[in-house]
This record gives sequence, structure tokens and C-alpha cells, in this order.
Amino acid sequence: MAFPSGTTLRPLRAPEANRSNALHAGAWWLWALGLATAASRTTNPLLLGLLVGVAGYVVAARRTDAPWARSYGAFVKLGLFVVAVRLVFTMALGSPIPGTHVLFTVPEVPLPDWVQGVRIGGRFTAEQLVFALYDGAKLATLLICVGAANALANPARLLKSLPGALYEAGVAVVVAMTFAPNMVADVVRLRTARRLRGRPTGGVKAVLQIGLPVLEGALERSIAVAASMDARGYGRTAEVPAAVRRTTNVLTLGGLLGVCAGSYGLLAASGAGYGFPVLVGGLLAAAGGLALGGRRSVRTRYRPDRWGVRAWLVAGSGVAVAALMIWAAAYDPGALHPGVVPLTAPQLPLWPALSVLVGLVPAFVAPVPKESS
Amino acid sequence: MIRFENVSVTYTGASAPTLAAVDLEVPEGELVLLVGPSGVGKSTLLGAVSGLVPHFTGGTLRGRVTVDGRDTRLHKPRELADVVGTVGQDPLAHFVTDTVEDELAYGMESLGLAPEVMRRRVEETLDLLGLAELRDRPIATLSGGQQQRVAIGSVLTPHPKVLVLDEPTSALDPGAAEDVLAVLQRLVHDLGTTVLMAEHRLERVVQYADRVVLLPEGVMGPPADIMSLSPVFPPVVDLGRLAGWSPLPLTVRDARRRAGDLRARLAGRAPAPAAAGPTGPTGCSAPPASGSAASGPTAPGAGPGPAGPTAGRGGGSTPPASDPAAPGPTAGGGPAGLLPHPAPSRNWGLRPQTPAPQTPAGLNMPAPTDPRPGPRPPTLRTPAGLNTPPQGAGAAAPVEEPPTRPRQGFGKGRGGGISRFWRRRTDAPAPVPTSTPSPLLAVDALGVRRGRVEALRRVDLRVRAGETVALMGRNGAGKSTLLNALVGTLAPTSGSVLVGGRVPHRTAPQELIREVGLVPQEPRDLLYADTVAAECAAADADAGAPPGTCRALVSELVPGVADDTHPRDLSEGQRLTLALAVVLTGRPPLLLLDEPTRGLDYAAKGRLVRILTGLAAEGHGIVLATHDVELAAELAHRVVILADGEVVADGPAAEVVTSSPAFAPQVAKILAPGPWLTVGQVREALR
Repeated sequence: MAFPSGTTLRPLRAPEANRSNALHAGAWWLWALGLATAASRTTNPLLLGLLVGVAGYVVAARRTDAPWARSYGAFVKLGLFVVAVRLVFTMALGSPIPGTHVLFTVPEVPLPDWVQGVRIGGRFTAEQLVFALYDGAKLATLLICVGAANALANPARLLKSLPGALYEAGVAVVVAMTFAPNMVADVVRLRTARRLRGRPTGGVKAVLQIGLPVLEGALERSIAVAASMDARGYGRTAEVPAAVRRTTNVLTLGGLLGVCAGSYGLLAASGAGYGFPVLVGGLLAAAGGLALGGRRSVRTRYRPDRWGVRAWLVAGSGVAVAALMIWAAAYDPGALHPGVVPLTAPQLPLWPALSVLVGLVPAFVAPVPKESS
Repeated sequence: MIRFENVSVTYTGASAPTLAAVDLEVPEGELVLLVGPSGVGKSTLLGAVSGLVPHFTGGTLRGRVTVDGRDTRLHKPRELADVVGTVGQDPLAHFVTDTVEDELAYGMESLGLAPEVMRRRVEETLDLLGLAELRDRPIATLSGGQQQRVAIGSVLTPHPKVLVLDEPTSALDPGAAEDVLAVLQRLVHDLGTTVLMAEHRLERVVQYADRVVLLPEGVMGPPADIMSLSPVFPPVVDLGRLAGWSPLPLTVRDARRRAGDLRARLAGRAPAPAAAGPTGPTGCSAPPASGSAASGPTAPGAGPGPAGPTAGRGGGSTPPASDPAAPGPTAGGGPAGLLPHPAPSRNWGLRPQTPAPQTPAGLNMPAPTDPRPGPRPPTLRTPAGLNTPPQGAGAAAPVEEPPTRPRQGFGKGRGGGISRFWRRRTDAPAPVPTSTPSPLLAVDALGVRRGRVEALRRVDLRVRAGETVALMGRNGAGKSTLLNALVGTLAPTSGSVLVGGRVPHRTAPQELIREVGLVPQEPRDLLYADTVAAECAAADADAGAPPGTCRALVSELVPGVADDTHPRDLSEGQRLTLALAVVLTGRPPLLLLDEPTRGLDYAAKGRLVRILTGLAAEGHGIVLATHDVELAAELAHRVVILADGEVVADGPAAEVVTSSPAFAPQVAKILAPGPWLTVGQVREALR
């Protein structure tokens, strides 16, 4: 996690993270989405591997010990699972990819004529395998990028950047999300309690028997949290003139309708002319409604994350990776999509690879989390 | 500041009002303590102050509650948020955000304070509560005491005029509780905050109170006056009443000043009134050779006693030879066969000599009912024969014997079974040979790791039949981890655990419950069924016990619980006892309890003490993890103190408990050089 070069750069080295210099959660998400966009533009396994490596390195260098930071491993596992599923489906259902290198042949299940294009069993070629692998790897990389954002940015912090009118709803969502880990903890506790009753802790029966107490516990906890939130002023509103309230409602509802109509216009063949302006108008109206609605909320924000230079660098590096990769895809599509038929060994294109490495910037500029004691 | 005018609260569906005709006025800047037995509406009264009752809980509130001039009928809880800060019983249910700093700021954000003000107050509050080190920590990773302080801090930041706390120290170790109370006192003295709190552990809080409200009567007055008529009171008040001091002392300091003559009166005596008394006074803390040995056997005599309607048995049991005979009548066929007992747990034959060294006697109010058997002392006082030979005898005893014993005792019904032993009082900590060949529980160099945390390191522990061991130590010291390792829900990373000769985590649950039972911190975790009857039937089936076993235990331990009651509707103490009965259905010789007195009032605690004393007398080994020093003083023969996963003290209760101020019960502090631990001992001695 050290800055690569020597003493002269020491003042520029990333500081230790604390509340005041915490990187804006949005910056992490932009960075991760940038990497994900880049991943969606290529099937070159070497480039995908490089993207995963970049994301993994940054996570390793900058994640904290907080509970949400532990989700990265789960996302990696999910990615591997996706690759495996993709392979299995290719094997079982066949794929439209032609190929000459037959690996093995499974007896094909005869299907009636009307299910054209679907095949169960049959020849399985190396080309199909490679194609499925590439495809699966792309999906897996996307997932891992999202996992990286999840591990690096506290989801609750993102809320602080929501418009005032949505903040309370956001708090409710965050509180609701904390119930999943709590329920998991309940399940573990009740399962061990079953052991104390002399009952086996595994099996379907165990799950069924503890299901009710777990739900009961979750319900009780949610009521307790709701009481606590209420007693601490959640949902206090300021008095606003009736006119403002009505305008808010009209703007918000009208804006949403406009967004719907506009999107429909854009998608439908006939309405291309009016679709775009209606969409934009709707968005503006909705934004105005939210801004006005914020006046009802008396909330203030305690130490919101600032969008500073480091946030620009982190977000910018992600955007840069995405932009460079999109440009590369237009400039030299062949390098990003190595041929499958005929089979060729993928090559690492120099410039796209270098542009992916730009994504490592956060590992040097983002504040370093404190060593856990 | 807070005014109740003829307030009654009736919950929907309840036949009687939970709170009836309460008239109260709490002046500004007072620390007011709410006392009363369980179920008199303390939490309801607190909820009415914050407006959660009835806005949130439902029900009907008659009369008027005003806080700082605002009527709670007209103001919702959120509109009272700037005046009243509320912390409920469970701090975890209180948190809305996930880090300490955000949590402290949350209330202020809701009120719309300016960012600079929020920043300043958060910093102040972090210092006030000693939380500065923890500011960036996720709340889920904090210990119980830290969470409680964060919860209090989170309602302090908006500078409420009134602070309402429901059992703020119940879940805390003595040190953390003192921290929290010190903070409260500072708030009252420095900031003029009005504090209203309910708490069962009066020994911790009563000295801080300016006024005490006694429910259900709803009378308010100075603490000393209320304590003189309250049905719930801490040991210091009990001692004051016993000694006839007036006004009643509320603090150890006050009591010490008065205690000169009491100390003088007690000077020549030792806290071993019943059995050892006659033999000669012996110090409690210095285990005397003869005196204690004599008293030791009392327990054993008692132990086998229940085996029969046997006045004679008590005596008969002392000579080893008679021990093998005991199982004969007791075993009673069926159940015995179901319980294959490995050799190590056979030391039931020994039980007689591992007596409850000083089951402090007097704690037990039921003194009058207790026919202290005149004949007993003689029989008991045959210690010499007991101490050595029985081991051999024990080894020879049939394997099935142990489990049947406790049952027998229970089957007897209160009078014959447990109550007989309530009074058994002996003292002299652990005069028992420490190296009996087969303790119920043998823990050697146990280490448990969770992730990177070493929760336990090289822990050694022996528990013998009839012995009660209290595990103490601050929150997070590893007490619960140790108990979990003993029942096999955690596998040791190093070292070994043997319970009745078995390795718990490798033993099938059905078999393990016949060796060891754990009543977890939250007894509800053990209860799945809709009714008490169904729960009992399930427990019988789980343990392979004859139908009706568990129900009989329940009727014995908590008389008056109807079959069709939902376990949720039981009081805290009844639920604990139901869980205890469920666990005892498997007749485990070793019984573990995790924090059993949390949320119990003094009456429920007294009942629990009597039950556990009776069980120990019947030969159960008991290990209880607790923060409650008074409980440990009343029950434990041995106290083991854990710190950071290591055993830092292990010895006779009287010695360990009195040697450290944090763990000393009030009576020990008051009568300091003397060996007294509980009011019961003193009462007996003065008799």
C-alpha cells in the first residue's frame, strides 16, 4: 500500500483513513462501474483476468474490517459459480458454435422437430467450451467489480448523498437490510440451541422448527427498532405551506408520468420525435418535486463525505478505464474478442492492457484504512 | 418536569390495567429510580413518558402525562424527541446506523441541528462517555457495555431534558455498570438532566437515586424511606433492616459507619450457623481443617437424602458401604437403562464429600417452613470416614446411578425434595480434596479460537458433583464461550473437555443432554412450542424420559403455571425456570447457566437460588456464568474469574470474591474483615 517511489513523494502518499478524509462512497461505485463497463466490452480472458486482478488488488489494499467489507469473497465465489453454470448449460444443452475439435460425445436425446435449435447431449467441442468460458468469465468479472464496490464503500454512507426527500426512505431500506445478517445470526443461535435440547442441528426439520422463532424474533426486533427510531425523531417534518405541498405532489407525479411516457416514446417505433423531450421534461419535473419535497424534511447531515481530489482521481480512473476500453473496442475489436472458430490462443493487446492498469490508481490515492488491532 | 395525573394504562385485550391511577411529579434535575417486582408496569410507565405508550404500543391511556409541559397525548414520540431521550432494555434494538459516530449524530440529524453544533456535541459526548477510541468502529463489533454507553450517548446528543432508561445495567459487568452509572450521575449533576430509570439490580443503583418510586403503589419518596417499605431491596438495605438501623443505609459507606456494633456482635462467630456453628467457629475465608470438614459432609448427607423418605438415609449415606445400596431403590428401572453412563461420571458415590461447602444458608427466606432437622448434625458429622473411602465406593457404584438421583429428588415434591436442603448451611469453602479421580467436568488447557480471536487460552477447570462454580469476568471475557465449549457447540482448538467422560462436540446431542445441560442467556431460545404442555411433552420425547417428567418438574419448580400458557406470556423468571425444567428433564449431572439473573427481580432470584441450592445438594454440578456478585456469593462454592480468555482466579467463593472489590458482595464490603458474604449468614449467626 505504499506509494511506489521514495521519500520525495512522501507528502503525497495516501493518508490514514478517518472520518474526515473518507472517500465518497459514490467515487468507489463510479470506479467499480467503470471497471464493469470495461469488462462488458471484451471477452479476452487475459484482459478479464487483468480486470479481476486490478479490482482484487485495490480491495486488498483498501478494504476495512467492517462487516460489509467481508462480502467481497462471497462475490468472487458467486462469479466462479456463474462460470460453472455457464459451462454446464453449454454441455447439457449444446451451443450454436460450430467446431471441429470434438472433446467427447454424449448420446443425443432425440427431440421432436418443433423444438428446433434445442439440443440435449451430442457432440461437445473445444470451441464450445472456450466460448462458454469466455462468456462466463465476462459475467463473473462484472459481478466481482460490483463486489469490490460493495466491499470498499459503506452502503449507508451512499445514503447521505440522497436528496433530502428520499433520505428517510433510504434509512428504512438500510435498516431493513441489516435484518438479513441479524436473521442469519438468529438461525445460528437457534440451531445451536436445538443441540441443547438434544435434537440434531441439521436437516429440513430443524430449519422448519426454527423458522417460526426466527421470524418472530425478526418481527420483534423490527418493532423495537421502529419504536427507537420514532422516539429519536425519525419522520419529523417541518410545517410547509399547503401550496408548496401541492406543488410538490403535482411536480413529482407529473414528472414520473412524463418519464414513463418519454421512455415509451423512445422505445416505440413511432414516437421517436416526442419521446426525448418528454423524457427530459419529466426528469426535470421529478427533480423539482424532490427538491421541493426536501423542504418538508428538517433533517441535517452530519459530516457528509466530501467529494475531494482523491474522489475525483478514484472515480476518474474508473471512468478512464471504461472510456479507453470502449475506444479500443472500436479501434481494434479483434484483440478484445479473440477468435473461437478457429481456435486461437488469446493475446494480450498492449494498449488495452495498459488502460486497464489505470484502474489501480485507487490503491495509491485512496486513504489507507487503519490497521485493525 | 414529568407529571403523571391519575394515569392508568390498559393494553388491548388485558383484563386489568397495567398501570392504575398513578400520580407522580418528577422535578427537574433529579435522578429517579423506579422499583417494584416484575410485571408491575415499570416499562409501561417509562414508555408513557416518551410517548411510546400508547402511540406505539397501543392500549388506552387515561389521565394525563406531561413532559416539560407537553401532553403526550397530543405529541407523538417523534415530537417529544427533543425533550425525552429513551434507551430500552436491549441496546442492539436501539441502533439505527452502523458506526458509533453516526449513531451519536442520528438523533440530532432528525432534529435538524446545524452541522457545527452536531460536530461539537458528538465530540463532547465521545469524551463524556469515554467512547473516543471507538468513534469509527462498527457498532456490531462492540462489547455489551460499550454498546450500552453508545446507546446512552446517542440519546444524549440532542440534549434532552429527560432521560428514560429501562434496566441500563442489567446486562453489564460490575465495572461497565459503574461506568454507565457514573455517566448518569454526571449528567444529573453537571447538566441538570432529569433521569428516570427502572432497574432490578438495586444494589448497583439505589445509592445514586435522589428519589425512588415504588410501584404498583406509585408512591415516591427519598430512597431510605421507600426502601424501608419496599418488597424489593438490595442486600445493604436487608442488612440495615436486620440490624435495625434507621435511617436505612443505602451505600456500603454509610453501612460501614454504622456497622461497628454489628461487627462486634459477630466477632466471635463464623458464618456457618447450622452445622458448623456448634462445632466451633471457623473462618470462612481460611478453610479450616476440622471445622469445615465437619460441615462439609452435611451436604452429602443431604444429597442422598432425597433418595428416600429416609430420615435414616442421611446417616446411612455417609459410610461408603451404604452408597452402592442407594441406587437400588432409586434406579427404578426404566430410565436408568436409558442412560448409559461412562465410568468417569460415576463419582456420585463421592458426592457426599463434595458438599456444598458453604451454600450460604440464610438467603433463603423460607426459613420458617424449614424443619431444620435436629437429628441431622450428628449424622453429618462423620466427616473422617467420608473424605477418603467413598471414592472407592463411588467407583464401584453402578453406572446408572447418577442420573436417577436428581430425578428422585424432584419427584419428591417440594417439601421432601428440594426444600429440605434449602437450609443446609455449611461453609468453609471447598474443603474437598481437589483431585478426585473423576470430576463431572474436566477441562484441560482448553483453547478456543474464533477467526483470529483467541476467545479462550489454556483454561483448566474441574467441577465435581454437588459443587457450584460461578464464572465471572467482564463482558467478553470468554464466559459464554467456555459454556458453549462445555456443551459442544464450539469445538476446542486445543486442549480437551471431558463431560462425564465424553468429548462434548463429538457426542450426539441426544446423548449429551444426559450429561450436561445449558440454560442459555436467552431462555426463549430453548422453547419452541406454543404451550407449556407441548413444550414439556417435547422435552420428554427429546430426553427419552417417561411422559410427564418435565411437567412434574415444572409444577415443582414453578407452581401455578397452566398447561396452555404460551411460553412467551410467562414472566422472565417463569420462563427461565421452564427452560431449566426442560434441561433437567434429561437429568444431566452437570448443569450450566448463562447469566441466569438477567431481568429477574429479587423474588424470582430468590426462588432460583433455592432451586439451584437444592439441585447442588442432590449432587448436580452447577456452573453459572454471571455478573451478579450477590448471586455468586449466595450460591457458589467456588468462583472462577476469567479475563481475556484466561483464568485469573480460581478458588473458594469467599476468598476470591472478597479479595477483589469489583466482585465483592455488599455484605462482605460492609463487614469487611469478617468472612460474611450474605445477609442470610448474618441473620443465622445473630439468631
